[in-house]
Amino acid sequence: MDDALKAIGDRALASLPGAVLAVHESFGELTLEAEALRIVEVLSFLRDDPACQFICFTDLSGVDYPERDKRFDVVYLLLSPRLNLRVRIKIATDEATPVPSTIQVFPAADWYEREAYDMYGILFEGHPDLRRILTDYGFDGHPLRKDFPMTGFVELRYDDQEKRVRYEPVKLTQEFRQFDFLSPWEGAPLPGDEKAKGQ
Amino acid sequence: MTSAAPSAERSLRNFSINFGPQHPAAHGVLRLVLELDGEVVERVDPHIGLLHRGTEKLMEARTYLQNVPYLDRLDYVAPMNQEHAFALAVEKLFGVAVPRRAQLIRVLYSEIGRLLSHLLNVTTQAMDVGALTPPLWGFEEREKLMVFYERASGARMHAAYFRPGGVHQDLPPELVDDIYAFCDPFLKVCDDLETLLTGNRIFKQRNVDIGIVSLADAWAFGFSGVMVRGSGAAWDLRKSQPYECYEEMDFDIPVGKNGDNYDRYLIRMEEMRQSTKIMKQCCEKLQAADGQGPVVIEDGKITPPRRAEMKRSMESLIHHFKLYTEGYKTPPGEVYAAVEAPKGEFGVYLVSDGTNKPYRVKLRSPGFPHLQAMDFMCRKHMLADISAILGSIDIVFGDVDR
Repeated sequence: MDDALKAIGDRALASLPGAVLAVHESFGELTLEAEALRIVEVLSFLRDDPACQFICFTDLSGVDYPERDKRFDVVYLLLSPRLNLRVRIKIATDEATPVPSTIQVFPAADWYEREAYDMYGILFEGHPDLRRILTDYGFDGHPLRKDFPMTGFVELRYDDQEKRVRYEPVKLTQEFRQFDFLSPWEGAPLPGDEKAKGQ
Repeated sequence: MTSAAPSAERSLRNFSINFGPQHPAAHGVLRLVLELDGEVVERVDPHIGLLHRGTEKLMEARTYLQNVPYLDRLDYVAPMNQEHAFALAVEKLFGVAVPRRAQLIRVLYSEIGRLLSHLLNVTTQAMDVGALTPPLWGFEEREKLMVFYERASGARMHAAYFRPGGVHQDLPPELVDDIYAFCDPFLKVCDDLETLLTGNRIFKQRNVDIGIVSLADAWAFGFSGVMVRGSGAAWDLRKSQPYECYEEMDFDIPVGKNGDNYDRYLIRMEEMRQSTKIMKQCCEKLQAADGQGPVVIEDGKITPPRRAEMKRSMESLIHHFKLYTEGYKTPPGEVYAAVEAPKGEFGVYLVSDGTNKPYRVKLRSPGFPHLQAMDFMCRKHMLADISAILGSIDIVFGDVDR
């Protein structure tokens, strides 16, 4: 299993110089880090290469790391039914830089890219219909970004007088309780304990 | 139409209608904007998200154990199968395997979930094309299965029973006996349902050669589960990437030939029989001597100690307190764990940053890519076929909208 994954990783690295930047393997899963602008090429190679045949587009998701320069990861997950293997391809981007859309390679990417746009604001260049998909009509903001509060900004209620639904700023009757249970004594050295590390 | 003489050259306009958001054949809250040329469907634009609850966002703010019940609320027709994927993902991060009895219980309840889902789907699909009796018969069986859920977990639907590290509580021996006793009569119910549908002229007219998907398209559209098996791929994660103790179970994977609605219906019927076969094997193994033992990993690092122990041992009390306040910290890294849920591949892509809460959880629901392909599958079909196809792709909105 691991040899097969390694072979796929090496093959992709050798066949697509400059497009595949790095290959990792952890938890028995293969991850390729790719150059964002050449993602179409990478996915096409993985789909068409006879030694790969990753013909099933399983998943696309965004991940937000706000402290990074390129804050978003776009993670593609492909499946090769022939080899019975999965591969994960990661590219990085930011709010302003569009990523090439991969609809031409896999039609399944359509809604997944709309979802990533909706949830993170990741732009996909060449997507024919980059609308919001899961959030409400007229929704503002990208809810899965780490800087978006979990309670959101607006709440809605039905106004019986006006006979319509109204959006209002969120009013919390109680502060949102985010308990931090992480142990305070793990990580930072205790006073007087600084020398313990050297032992 | 009120214009003067009708001529062949008068400009025709396609007709757009809304199907849903409240429609009995929409299986939940789906709004389809249909563009029709007469009665022929030219374009389908599904508007989803009416049941979007932000599960992925909520999960980022909660500990791993607190997240388990959210998984139930995705595909609420077969709740435990979703929990299973999450539990497998967390266990993969820790690199642990659950005890054998827990594996057997998980497999048993995953198959009960499959029956729950297929019973609902097959019978409501029949209802969508005009038959009323199948749901009445099918729901009687679902009720029995939900009682099994309740007797194991205390809840008929939202069980929170499969937890990382095992299952919440052991099954009483009478329950295993009762599940075993359920299996054989259930096969009879399957036969009865088939007498209503399989040879039924109306059912066949509405389903045979409707919604055909070729295998290449099925893969490219990200299909999984019954949707690829209907198109002829012998692909089932229980066989191809076996998890838990599926390897030792004896069962077959039904595969379709034509990739149409009718094949998918036949596959679901056969899968119910195969699931019953697996359930019987699980019950036998659970009753055997080597099927006894703990149902959770007992080191107290992921799963809390038993309550009786917690009352007596100081160490157990500390573990209990820590696990229910801080929770456990997973090793940093990212994993993808998938199970063969009744509707297809349900996967959890979990990014952990080493704290007690997931940094990112992406729930890969099978219904999402299936519903996406509605436009592709329905084009040039008749309006009445929409509900037949929608019934056949097996959609639950908790799952699609997350």
